[in-house]
Amino acid sequence: MRTVSELLDAHQRDPTRLLQLLRDVQAASGQWLPPRVLTEVANGLGLPRAHVEGVAGFYAFLHLEPVGRFRVLVSDNITDVFAGSHDTLRAFSERLHVEPGHVRTDGVVSLDRTSCTGLCDQPPAILVNGRAISRVVGERLDAVVACIEAGTPVDRWPEALLHVDEGIRQRGPVLSSRLAPGAALRRVLEQGHDARTKTLEAARLRGRGGAGFPVVTKWETCRTAPGDSVVVCNADEGEPGTFKDRVLLATCADLVVEGMTVAAHCTQATTGFIYLRGEYTFLEGHLRGVLERRRREGLLGQGILGERGFDFDIDLHLGAGAYVCGEETALIESLEGKRGVPRHRPPFPVTNGYLGRPTIVNNVETYADVAVVFANGVEAWSALGTEKSTGSKLLSVAGDVERPGVYEVPWGVTLRDVLALAGGVDARAVQVSGPSGELVAPFEFDRRLCFEDLACAGAIAVFGPRRDLLEVALNFARFFAHESCGFCTPCRVGTHVAARSLSKLQQGRGSSVELTELETLAHLLRDTSHCGLGVMAPNAYRHWLRKFPEDVRRRLSASFEPSFDVEAALMNGRHEGARR
Amino acid sequence: MSRPRFTLDGVPVEFDEGQTLIEAARAAHTYIPFLCAHPDFPAHGSCRVCTVLVNGRPMAACTTRAAAGLTVESQTPSLHADRQALVQMLLVEGNHFCPGCEKSGGCTLQTLGTDLGVTSAGFAHESPQRPVDASHPDLLLDFNRCILCELCVRASADVDHKHVFALSGRGLHKHLIVNAESGRLADTGMSVDDVAARVCPVGVILKKRVGFSTPIGQRPHDVAPPRTQVEGKEEP
Repeated sequence: MRTVSELLDAHQRDPTRLLQLLRDVQAASGQWLPPRVLTEVANGLGLPRAHVEGVAGFYAFLHLEPVGRFRVLVSDNITDVFAGSHDTLRAFSERLHVEPGHVRTDGVVSLDRTSCTGLCDQPPAILVNGRAISRVVGERLDAVVACIEAGTPVDRWPEALLHVDEGIRQRGPVLSSRLAPGAALRRVLEQGHDARTKTLEAARLRGRGGAGFPVVTKWETCRTAPGDSVVVCNADEGEPGTFKDRVLLATCADLVVEGMTVAAHCTQATTGFIYLRGEYTFLEGHLRGVLERRRREGLLGQGILGERGFDFDIDLHLGAGAYVCGEETALIESLEGKRGVPRHRPPFPVTNGYLGRPTIVNNVETYADVAVVFANGVEAWSALGTEKSTGSKLLSVAGDVERPGVYEVPWGVTLRDVLALAGGVDARAVQVSGPSGELVAPFEFDRRLCFEDLACAGAIAVFGPRRDLLEVALNFARFFAHESCGFCTPCRVGTHVAARSLSKLQQGRGSSVELTELETLAHLLRDTSHCGLGVMAPNAYRHWLRKFPEDVRRRLSASFEPSFDVEAALMNGRHEGARR
Repeated sequence: MSRPRFTLDGVPVEFDEGQTLIEAARAAHTYIPFLCAHPDFPAHGSCRVCTVLVNGRPMAACTTRAAAGLTVESQTPSLHADRQALVQMLLVEGNHFCPGCEKSGGCTLQTLGTDLGVTSAGFAHESPQRPVDASHPDLLLDFNRCILCELCVRASADVDHKHVFALSGRGLHKHLIVNAESGRLADTGMSVDDVAARVCPVGVILKKRVGFSTPIGQRPHDVAPPRTQVEGKEEP
């Protein structure tokens, strides 16, 4: 086991590596960060101790209190819940003798819930010491319990238990690409700057992370901004229900890295980062291997492909359980080793990003698309899709479908087509783009997936005829409350109040008072939040309220009821009294 | 050449290049309600109370740069309701008992609430458990009243160069911490003479042995509440 001092040296005592260092220190000091360790880290980096503690306290996977030697986290994503994750949690609780949210008295195991782990196609999923494990029911659940009770370190668990399915159901130009490493780069080097820009313009490629910003505009602004550019790949795939980046990184990592290297050439960047969500730690070894191989092949490092002055390398950073870090400025803060709090904009990252340098942040899929565009040519690319949404889109389809997994479809397909592909024809609702996206009702299933109509960052969560959409809304609202960074008042408090109102509705105690409160909160969050998380948070319930009025009406009680049960509250007192 | 100007609620406001909306309004003696903003520190933008409509779009006046020709609206019924809700949220998130608080009459949150006509909590109280820190010989920290504006964090780091305060946790669990392994203020470099000791807009950082020394009617905000400080005229 390496000492804190050795780990400090391994990270060059560089304060921007604080988050990476804390992850390593925690792994080396028994899965949590005792107070004296934080002091040692702070002293080693020359940072105020309170700053280090503040950073450690921000991330869900860093612990300031003792946790078990085995830390079991059960995914709370709604499709995992519908696939039985609550039963899985209960089974662990009973068989491992530990309450959720607690550590077993012998310190061997702790149990809790976590936000979506990105294994929605193989539910219910869990994380054990950061390692993702799929389909934890039946024999697989027995095996996990046995491994924990036997004290076997997670990396020595049976291969079959740690295996994550590839999950590809339909391939298009990206997933079927057999591009030789370096092939797209060579094309890029053959073209001059103007031709490259023309290619990107003609391809009309738009970012795949959700906002759909034109790639060429972002890259050109970055290239012309003063300072050394930085290329960042946003692999913090945190939107519940999304797992297509997991599949891309597992099966097409070369394509992604190739796209990043193209971006580096176009923006004259020398520094690159992949920011990988902590839940995907199981991909770390694979990705480091790909980066190392590409260095050996002359596709990363000094003088790429023998081109003088084409120097670019990529560092892999891991997150630690913070959805908000998917927001690009929060991601940059996290890359700098800080709390993942979104920055004020303007200035935008494209001129003032990582350490104040011009920075492009693009989604994993965007970079893969870039490589495909340059390799296969613009015509092949724009033959697919619509006028304003060219090419293909990767969809993560999960929930009540016969064939969950990743589907690469041309932009412009209808939601009905997607449901037919995946075998979810009796859906009563579909959540498109995750909790921050839109709940789509059957009367809208002919809407097309494209920026012109129903934009989609990747998640398609399908809810069958028996599903309770209020449970969905409540789950999403709790997700936002859990993931709010807490910087601004409306999001910090408002997301929590919204979840409580929905919870009251679910208990059958809600009335028009709660509906009014939810509408007020939706307005307040949209107008006054600091970043997109707060602005989007009311999407958890807004569409349900609007599109399923019958559903809503059935959940209302006739008159106002207090938020607490007086009898239950008194019962506690009576018990206390009787005990004495 | 005349200075550039924008309109605030229909009234022209001149500004200097680089000024934010709230700075320009302040210089023009026009009050935009605020909490976490402080004239001596860079904008923070966390409380969102100063949200205004800029050409119809809601923006925080403390972080938005003034630009010529902007149409800014601050006194609208909708923004007023938003501000009331934000103050209510801050009130229910902590534990605020104004009648027993040493900062009463000098508390920006209290005065803003009064100014906005906040007469109820509006939301259910969170009633969090937040022990006070009385370890320091000259100062008391009552975390129950913290509104997470980070003025003490910024003052201690940027002015006192001590980094006594920071924030930890996130969401509703976000909280103020001090720079000591023990977690006690006494074990930090904090001094009663620090700027950080007198910058708190609410009643978290308090000097010991001086509470309630000013009679009601003569307390700071009895004499000059923030609105009057900006508008530069006496209360009637």
